[in-house]
Amino acid sequence: MSNTKSLLTIEDLYASVEEKQILKGLSLDIKPGEVHAIMGPNGAGKSTLGYVLSGRDGYAVDDGSVTLNGEDLFEMETEERARAGLFLAFQYPVEIPGVSNLEFLKASVDAQREARGEDAITSADFLKEAKAACKQVNLPISFLKRGVNEGFSGGEKKRNELMQMLLLKPQLCILDETDSGLDIDALQVVAEGVNSQRSADRSFIVVTHYQRLLDYIKPDFVHVLSDGKIVKSGDASLAHELEAQGYAWLQKEPAEDELEG
Amino acid sequence: MCLFLAKVGFYMTEQIDKALAREYEAGFVSDVESETFEPGLDESVIQRISEMKGEPEWMLEWRLSAFREWLKMEEPDWALVDYPKIDFQAISYYSAPKSMKDKPKSLDEVDPELLRTYEKLGIPLIEQQMLAGIAVDAVFDSVSVVTTFRDKLEEAGVIFCPISEAIKKHPELVKKYIGSVVPKKDNYYAALNCAVFTDGSFVYIPKGTRCPMELSTYFRINEQNTGQFERTLIIADEGSHVSYLEGCTAPQRDENQLHAAVVELVAMDNAEIKYSTVQNWYPGDENGKGGIYNFVTKRGICHTSAKISWTQVETGSAVTWKYPSCILKGDNSVGEFYSVALTRGRQQADTGTKMIHIGKNTKSTIIAKGISAGKSNGSYRGLVRMNPGADGARNFTQCDSLLIGDQCGAHTFPYVESRNPSAIIEHEATTSKVSDEQMFLCRQRGLDPEKAVSMIVNGFCKEVFKELPMEFAVEAGKLLEISLEGSVG
Ligand SMILES: Nc1ncnc2c1ncn2[C@@H]1O[C@H](COP(=O)(O)OP(=O)(O)O)[C@@H](O)[C@H]1O
Ligand SMILES: [Mg+2]
Repeated sequence: MSNTKSLLTIEDLYASVEEKQILKGLSLDIKPGEVHAIMGPNGAGKSTLGYVLSGRDGYAVDDGSVTLNGEDLFEMETEERARAGLFLAFQYPVEIPGVSNLEFLKASVDAQREARGEDAITSADFLKEAKAACKQVNLPISFLKRGVNEGFSGGEKKRNELMQMLLLKPQLCILDETDSGLDIDALQVVAEGVNSQRSADRSFIVVTHYQRLLDYIKPDFVHVLSDGKIVKSGDASLAHELEAQGYAWLQKEPAEDELEG
Repeated sequence: MCLFLAKVGFYMTEQIDKALAREYEAGFVSDVESETFEPGLDESVIQRISEMKGEPEWMLEWRLSAFREWLKMEEPDWALVDYPKIDFQAISYYSAPKSMKDKPKSLDEVDPELLRTYEKLGIPLIEQQMLAGIAVDAVFDSVSVVTTFRDKLEEAGVIFCPISEAIKKHPELVKKYIGSVVPKKDNYYAALNCAVFTDGSFVYIPKGTRCPMELSTYFRINEQNTGQFERTLIIADEGSHVSYLEGCTAPQRDENQLHAAVVELVAMDNAEIKYSTVQNWYPGDENGKGGIYNFVTKRGICHTSAKISWTQVETGSAVTWKYPSCILKGDNSVGEFYSVALTRGRQQADTGTKMIHIGKNTKSTIIAKGISAGKSNGSYRGLVRMNPGADGARNFTQCDSLLIGDQCGAHTFPYVESRNPSAIIEHEATTSKVSDEQMFLCRQRGLDPEKAVSMIVNGFCKEVFKELPMEFAVEAGKLLEISLEGSVG
C-alpha cells in the first residue's frame, strides 16, 4: 500500500482567513481508494481545510504544500482543481435562484468534459443520468427543474450536494458535514451514496461529528483536527473513543507523543 | 444583504477591474456615402426634413407647432443620471445613405454595403436567409432601408411600413393617432421628437386579425454627430393581436450621440400588443467616453379588455431614460411591464414604467430586474396610479436589483397614487449580490468565472426572459453574456 502513489499529499500546511491563522501545520497523505474521516471540535478548521484545498477566494496559504496526483494544487485556479477531480460537498450549500439544477449540473459536467477534451454530453443522455442520480439520493425528479438549492430544506440541500458528486464522478470527494442535521434515513442515503462510489482510484475525506455515519461508511483512517492541525490519527475505532470521551482529552495532551504511539 | 459582502466585494472588484475592456461587437462603422444635414436646429431645418420626406403640409405644421412648444420647455433633471448639457445646435438632424435617395424598389436595388451592415449585426434582410416568421423594418440613421415580407403581411391586411411612407399612404390613420397617446407637449424629448422625427415603423392590424408573423424594427445609428429620432406607431384594431420586436445598435464613437424616440401603441377593445425591445446602443468605453444618450418615451393606451405588454432588455447606451407605460383606460384592460436593465462601466440607467389605472378591474404587473456592475448606476422609477373610477383595480410590482462588485449602485423609486380605496397595490423589492459563495460553488463545480456570472445573472432574469419571443430570449441571454464578458476575471 505504501508503494502506491498518493492522490493527495498535504505537507505542513499553514493557512489564514482575514489574517487570522486557522491551519497551523497540517499534514495528511491520501492514497487512491482510501476513505479518511476527519473529526474535531467546532472551529478547529475542518471547513477551512476544504476551502483551502478547493481554492476559495479569501483563504490564504501561508506555508506548506499540497499536491494532487503529483501536481502542485496551489498552481491551479479553483475551477481547474475541480476539473482535476476535486469535489467539495458544502457544509452550507448556497442557493442560485432561477438557475435550474439541471442546467447547472449539465454546465458543470460539460465544463469538466471540455477540460478533458471530450464533447458535451447530449441532453438526452444527461437527463437519463441525472434522473438516476436523483433517484439514488432519494430526491423527486422535479428537483432537477427547480433552482439550485432554491427553497430546499436542509436535508434536501445535502442530498443535492451528493447528487452533484454522483454526476461529476470526482476523484477526490470532500464531504463537509454532509450528515449534519439529517435523520437516520437520510444518513443512510449519504452513506450509500459514498459507498456506491468507493472504488480503487477514488478517495474521500469525510468531515463529520458523528460516529454513526462512520458505522455505515467504515473509514480506513480517522483523524482528529484540533486548532488547525491533526492531533491524532487512528483507525475506525478512534471514532468510537471520541464518541465516548469527546475531544477535550486530546487537546490537553501534547499531540506529538500521541502521534508517535 | 449579508455582512460578509463587504469582504467579498473586494475580491469581486479585483476580478471586475481586470477585464472591463470587453469589446462592443456592434461597434463597427459602415462605409456608406451619406447625405447629412449640417448640425443645427431651427424651423428651416424642420422644413427641410419634411421636404426630404415629401410630407404633406399638415405634417409639417404639426412638426412646427411641436418645435415651438419645445423651445418653451426645459430639459428635465429629475432622473438619477448625470451627463454634460446637450448642445442641440451641435447635432445633425438628418442623415441618409445617398443610395436611398432614389427609393430602391426591391432588395436588389439596395446598396449591398447596407445589407452587409445588417448581416454583420445578425439580421439578414435577404428573405431566403431570414428567420422565418419575422418581418423586419431596417432603419439606418434617418431612413428605413427595407421592410421585408410586406406582401405576405398585406395578404392578411396588415400594414407594416416606414412611418414616412404611412404619412403619405395612410394619412387618415396617422393623422388620427399620431400624438394621441404621447401628446406633443408630453415632455422635452417627446416634443423634440415630434419636431424632427425622421423615420420609424408604422403598424396597423385590422379588426379580428392575428398578425401572421412577428414584426420587428432594427435601428442602426451609423453617421457621426447625428441624432436618431425615430417614431413608431402601432394600432391594433378590435380583437387583433400583434407581437413586435425592436433592436438597436450603433458604432463605437468617442462622442456622445442622442437618440430620442417616441413609441405610441393603441390597443382597441380586446386587442393585444406585445412589444419587446432589446436595446444595445453603444454604451461608451470604461471611462465613460462616448456612447448613446437614450431618451425615450414609450406609451400605450388600452381600451376595453385590451392588453399591452412591454418587455425590455436594456444593455446598451451611456445614459438611458425610459419609462414604457400603459394607460389602462378601458374596463378590464391589462398592462404588463417586464424589464431587465443591465449597466456596467460608467453606464447610467433610469428606467421603469407608469401604469395609469382608469377603467374598472384593470390589472397591471411590473417585474423589473436591474443588474449593475463596474461603476454603473441603475435606477428603477415606477408610478402606479389608481384613478377614482378604477374600482377593483390591481397592481403587482416586483423590483429586484443585483449588484456585481461594490462600486456600482442600484436605486428604487416607486411612486404610488391611489385614489380608489377598492384598488389593491402590492410592491416587493429586493437587492442582492452575485455572492462570493455562489461564484465559489460554480467554480468548484468546474465553471469558469464568466460562465458562472452569466449563469447567475440569467437565472436572476428568468422571469423576464420567459416573456420574450423564443428567438429573442436566446439572443437576450447571449447579449447579457457578451455584455458581462470581462465583468469578472
Ligand atoms: N471568513 C472568515 N473570517 C474570519 N474567520 C473565519 C472565517 N471563516 C472561518 N473563520 C474562523 O476560522 C476558524 C475555523 O473555522 P472552520 O474551518 O469553519 O471550523 P470547523 O469547520 O472545524 O468548525 C473559526 O475560528 C472561524 O471563526
Ligand atoms: Mg465546518
